Amino acid sequence: MSDWIEVGTIDDIPVLGARVVSTADGNIGVFRTADDEIFALRDECPHQKGPLSQGIVHGNQVTCPLHNWNIELDGGEAVAPDEGCTASYPVKIEDGKIFLSLVAAG
Amino acid sequence: MKEKLVLIGNGMAGMRAIEELLDIAPEMYDITVFGAEPYGNYNRILLSPVLAGEKTIDDIMLNDEQWYADNGIALHKGKKVSTVDRRNRKVVAEDGTTEEYDRLLLATGSNPFIIPVPGHDLPGVISFRDIYDVDVMLESSKKHKHAVVIGGGLLGLEAANGLMLQGMHVTVVHLGDTLMERQMDAVSGGMLKKSLEERGLNFLMNASTEAIIGEDRVKGVRFKDGLEIAADLVVMAVGIRPNMALAESVGLHCERGVVVNDTMQTYDPKIYAVGECVQHRGETYGLVAPLFEQAKVCANHLAKMGIARYEGSVTSTKLKVTGIDLFSAGDFIGDDTTEDIVMQDAGRGVYKKVVLKDNKIQGAVMYGDTVDGAWYFQLMRDATDVSDFRTALMLGQAHLGDSGHGGNTAAANMSDDMEVCGCNGVCKGDIVTAITTKGLFTLDDVRSHTKASNSCGSCTGLVEQILASTLGGDYSAAPHSKPMCKCTDYPHDDVRKAIKERHLISIRAVMDSMQWKTVDGCASCRPALNYYVMATWPAEAKDDAQSRFINERAHANIQKDGTYSVVPRMWGGLTSPKELRAIADVVDKFDVPELKVTGGQRIDLFGIKKEDLPAVWADLNAAGMVSGHAYGKSLRTVKTCVGKTWCRFGTQDSTSIGVELERLSWGSWMPHKFKMAVSGCPRNCAEATIKDYGVVCVDSGYELHVGGNGGITVRVTDLLCKVETEEEVYEYSKAFMQLYREEAHYLERTAPWIERVGLSHIKQYVEEDADNRKALAARFDESQKYAQIDPWAERASEGVAEHEFTSLKQIG
Repeated sequence: MSDWIEVGTIDDIPVLGARVVSTADGNIGVFRTADDEIFALRDECPHQKGPLSQGIVHGNQVTCPLHNWNIELDGGEAVAPDEGCTASYPVKIEDGKIFLSLVAAG
Repeated sequence: MKEKLVLIGNGMAGMRAIEELLDIAPEMYDITVFGAEPYGNYNRILLSPVLAGEKTIDDIMLNDEQWYADNGIALHKGKKVSTVDRRNRKVVAEDGTTEEYDRLLLATGSNPFIIPVPGHDLPGVISFRDIYDVDVMLESSKKHKHAVVIGGGLLGLEAANGLMLQGMHVTVVHLGDTLMERQMDAVSGGMLKKSLEERGLNFLMNASTEAIIGEDRVKGVRFKDGLEIAADLVVMAVGIRPNMALAESVGLHCERGVVVNDTMQTYDPKIYAVGECVQHRGETYGLVAPLFEQAKVCANHLAKMGIARYEGSVTSTKLKVTGIDLFSAGDFIGDDTTEDIVMQDAGRGVYKKVVLKDNKIQGAVMYGDTVDGAWYFQLMRDATDVSDFRTALMLGQAHLGDSGHGGNTAAANMSDDMEVCGCNGVCKGDIVTAITTKGLFTLDDVRSHTKASNSCGSCTGLVEQILASTLGGDYSAAPHSKPMCKCTDYPHDDVRKAIKERHLISIRAVMDSMQWKTVDGCASCRPALNYYVMATWPAEAKDDAQSRFINERAHANIQKDGTYSVVPRMWGGLTSPKELRAIADVVDKFDVPELKVTGGQRIDLFGIKKEDLPAVWADLNAAGMVSGHAYGKSLRTVKTCVGKTWCRFGTQDSTSIGVELERLSWGSWMPHKFKMAVSGCPRNCAEATIKDYGVVCVDSGYELHVGGNGGITVRVTDLLCKVETEEEVYEYSKAFMQLYREEAHYLERTAPWIERVGLSHIKQYVEEDADNRKALAARFDESQKYAQIDPWAERASEGVAEHEFTSLKQIG
């Protein structure tokens, strides 16, 4: 895949926070962890479509603001005992710039 | 090279310790487990439902063999350990299997006590302890008719009930004159007996067994008074004894059980012990809740963290017989130094007795209506002084009469399809199924698996009852002082204390100082820590936006569709044409889909897109309005009536007082939301007596009411005191708010806080000690210097947190 899209820099996202990339197919949440890892997930909780980008980020998880489901940033799986998965998108970082691929990884 | 850990005893306590260990230090040990029974680890508590035909063995397996394999644990099942070579640190089984260890964990459980009467070893005489016993009973019930259960205790009655449900004619033989006399007093024991007789059980009380008759199989039982009854099956359920034979044989110090210290270590520092085989501070335990507490402590030490201590448990009991509701805890008999409060309603089949000593609960026994069992148990373990509400103690906490579960109060009488949790639509059957099939033991387990009581929490008591009636006495009630969350072992109070004493002014500092177990906490502890450091060090601590729930970060309320709602402040409920025009203009300009008058006397604008928020606020600010903090754990509204300005009954100027209260308190962060009201006369049109702080004006002054709540759990305020001047109304309000801010746990409303600490405590600090009151009020004022900044204005016109309201990029 060569369709990497530059969406901003790491510093545009607060540590332990998220920003939204809006697309024609809906929003994508781009998350930053304490050690500056960046993850991208469809901005919909598998439970009731809560906007994950608005949740609290801790470790490699985000807690959905609507009903407190915890979602793994790496892969989008809900943390047990909840079950479900939200689509995740490939991300790469070059010189502090974030590139996103819109081809969902899963 | 990993160290080697060997567990002897593949039961619930030992395996719980292993699971806890895997949770905190998964890579530390190579683990080997010896189990005498030919199965994986199963839920022994649920043998009664298996016998009653309500469950199968497969339903009650906790860890099947695959689980051991998946976790890299070597399981020697069906192998009995014959000796331990402590010098060379080796465990040897009867078949010769030998394993070396660096640490050894003993969890050999207990043995049923068999009365050594003639005939006790005949075929057809068994105990009620394991899967083998249950198999024998189920087999016998198909071929035979008459069963005798010796022992009218918890286990005996559960066995008798199960055998009866399998179609046998069952007689329970009891040495004393009260059933379950360790858990019941004479009255409740009598009610239990009557109810079981109605179901078809037969009882022989005061009956001392002399011999079991029969030649190649049991034929009957003979008593000391000469009576003989027929029996094809005899179940001995007269008690259990810690199984310490192995420990004794290898020279470990044993008394009534294997003696351990507070870290669950035996007299051999390489050897730990947990469960029913253990004697700790002179006590042995046979219920699961204490064993799990031991397992947790033991795992902590095996993982070499070395901070946890087991300090003994207070236990409570329930009987796992469907439809029978009984509860007991502590010392419910009492003596010369105690007082009893008794409530008995024979017509309803209800009996409650609470034993008090110096106004603290020592014990309780209940039959027929156990809805308040968990509450009494909590009061007992917390040693709460009940004098403030002693008159209402027997009426109960009434928290199950609240909204959301159709008025159901007694779990035992509910059918499986009745709704328990009105928020998440969870029925009783869903909860029971989850408890039994997934092996759940705690309220938290049930919450995370079923979502019952996970939202508003009003059905918590009911869920606890279901848990207790499904697991009997073996469910784990919330521990005495609960850790804040899974990220730490410290409870809220310890954390608050450390923040103050160690001058911790950031979340990071708290986590480092208190050795947080996670890298950066979770969605539960981070907002709490953020509040604690801000409330303790208002001048120094810096707000951490990323540790705020989204509503407080975005200064608006998130809605289910991801849009937000906006509530501008209307001081004391007063508004003006200018404000109303500005609101109307915002509605038109931003296409606001819905406009609603709130219960707090202001207006809510619904369906606003996040990116529009700063512009909406700019327009509202321009008309002089500021944030109403409708989204915050903070001062919300001050509801007022019109007072003497207009009302012919009004005694004081309640509206102005309300406005002033709101002016002095707006912006203040609290442990939870905080609502006030001022009524101009005792007609109380502003409903001040269900608010956190309510003022009721009377002709001679002002009544100050605290700790009310009109939500999930309706609670009427307590009267704090009466004052004469408006200035006092303000000073007391500040002092009360500050005490709440300094003492309550995060997310604890004033109502439960006051019930926890007692009204006397509040009075002592806020009313009786004027110096303390003034000091509290001064600290409140100091904190307000940093809090009374309109967050909307900062974001609308000063560019604060701009990233929060703009997207990173738009594609397509």
